[in-house]
Amino acid sequence: MSRAGAGRLVRFLLRRPGLVGSVLVVAAAVLAAFWPGLFTSRDPLRGEPAENFSPPSTRHWFGTDELGRDLFSRVVHGAALSLKGTLIAVAVAFVVGGVLGLIAGYAGRRVDGVLMRAVDVLLSIPALFLSLAVVTALGYGTVRVAIAVGVASVAGFARVARAETLRVRHADFVEAARGSGGRWYRVLVRHVLPNAAGPVVVLAALDFGAAVLAVSALSFLGYGAAPPAPEWGTLISSGRDYLSNAWWLSTLPGLTVAVLVLSANRIGRAFNGERATER
Amino acid sequence: MTGRMGTDTGLTRGYVLRRLAQAVGVLWAAQLATFLILNLLPGDPVSTMAAGGLQTGQVSPDRLAQLRAQYGFDRPLLVQYGDYLGHAVRGEFGDSVASGRPVSSIIAAALPSTLGLTATAMALAVLVGGGLALAATYTDRRWLRQLLLSLPAAGISLPTFWTGLMLVQLLSFRIRLFPAFGNHGLRGLVLPALTLAVPAAALIAQVLARSLLSELDEPYVTTARAKGARRRRVHLRHALRNAAIPALTVVGLLVGQTLSGAVVVETVFSRDGLGRVTSAAVAAQDIPVVQGVVVVVASVFVLVSLAVDLLYPLLDRRIVLGAQARFA
Repeated sequence: MSRAGAGRLVRFLLRRPGLVGSVLVVAAAVLAAFWPGLFTSRDPLRGEPAENFSPPSTRHWFGTDELGRDLFSRVVHGAALSLKGTLIAVAVAFVVGGVLGLIAGYAGRRVDGVLMRAVDVLLSIPALFLSLAVVTALGYGTVRVAIAVGVASVAGFARVARAETLRVRHADFVEAARGSGGRWYRVLVRHVLPNAAGPVVVLAALDFGAAVLAVSALSFLGYGAAPPAPEWGTLISSGRDYLSNAWWLSTLPGLTVAVLVLSANRIGRAFNGERATER
Repeated sequence: MTGRMGTDTGLTRGYVLRRLAQAVGVLWAAQLATFLILNLLPGDPVSTMAAGGLQTGQVSPDRLAQLRAQYGFDRPLLVQYGDYLGHAVRGEFGDSVASGRPVSSIIAAALPSTLGLTATAMALAVLVGGGLALAATYTDRRWLRQLLLSLPAAGISLPTFWTGLMLVQLLSFRIRLFPAFGNHGLRGLVLPALTLAVPAAALIAQVLARSLLSELDEPYVTTARAKGARRRRVHLRHALRNAAIPALTVVGLLVGQTLSGAVVVETVFSRDGLGRVTSAAVAAQDIPVVQGVVVVVASVFVLVSLAVDLLYPLLDRRIVLGAQARFA
């Protein structure tokens, strides 16, 4: 990046403290997912029964649960499972939806018609119910739940990818590449794909927050990782039994999820807006 | 002067019929898609059902074969599908594997409570979201406008189940205002509906505020003001009328999201309804029930979307559905 570009970036960020905060939150969540030891040295699975139900304090930032396990450590370690689920979900939607859209936009009317009708059908089933049908067939677990969430947002990605492919497909440079004897797959991969990918990537950024929510909703319902493992949705749902005597058990993990989703959405909006002004 | 083909609403009968036929086609395809997802994906439903859900258990091979024959899972998939479709057309979805009761009567018993919850939540969302957008675009105070415009982003980011638990904590346990759990008439409906309404209201507010702001920049607003119309009148009668169309589209889409949210909210509040039926059926891998629920929910969603489409010309007389060909 040139010096002028760096200066512009700094000025851009200084005028948006919310965006800077959001980037920090998401960075912290990613760090926690890979290196939880950076944030806490406590074992998320070992409890000290003598200290159960202690409210948030300097010793236990998020308090402790019914077995005396440190809740902050459980939330930090939960980032690994929950973010892994989110990434898989977005990746499934991005790859499957992107490929379907690319084919639909490039292959001509008949294939396009069939694929887009299929997409309409997927859109006619409300997302969570589609995910639940997939969970019924695949079974429980973080990865399966993630795939189920991804399947439910394939349709949106396919639509955007198709629209972009249609836009690029008749551009002069694509016609030129085809006219000078390029094989169809080469033209598709070398010329259409890079130029159609932008808005699909933006959609992936925008979808990230929604995917965090969907994955944690399914794990809240109990289809995620098996109990002792800390997953955000599971943490919130197990705190439900102690709402009246230990408010922090549901409140603080939920607040963590909310702040992360808010930050992810803010970053997604920035991506989206920047593209709009670039055009 | 062809005009509107003689109808006042801008709807033509041919258009409505064509859209109805399309909706039926989409529903058939949605049902096929569900059937394929549930039957083609890896995983053996019969052994899981026999083990009583997704916990692992040992069941003898003889018993498995007997169960397969009983539920018809041993027949070719195409035969199974033909049989299923034949019954589905008559509104029968087979029997629940877990309870043995007919799926159609399970759904019929659970559907009214969920539809009531969804409708209440949508009404609340339209009122709150619409009010928020109107207030944010009407106020002169910059800080208030900024505050009101930033609320929806927060509303969209809250996990529904968490909002529900927070409301229970505050309004049921701290201040004993509403019951925390179960279906207790209207008072029991308040918290679940409020929970479901939060993300929906946020989205409505976002879309309506954006389109109101762009309408208020239009020359006709300046004209109306210059001619002496009050600011409030221009805001509510002129701009809102034009800005309502995108918001209406969002309301249609939100019905699907709110039905989804009902699954989670009914679990949080231990309310009986379609959501609880669904989550129990998923846990027991009760394929006939899951299949029936998905088809019924998709039907509700598709019909609402159709109704929204047919409402457009009532809001804006310039929209003539099914007559694009003459202008193209």
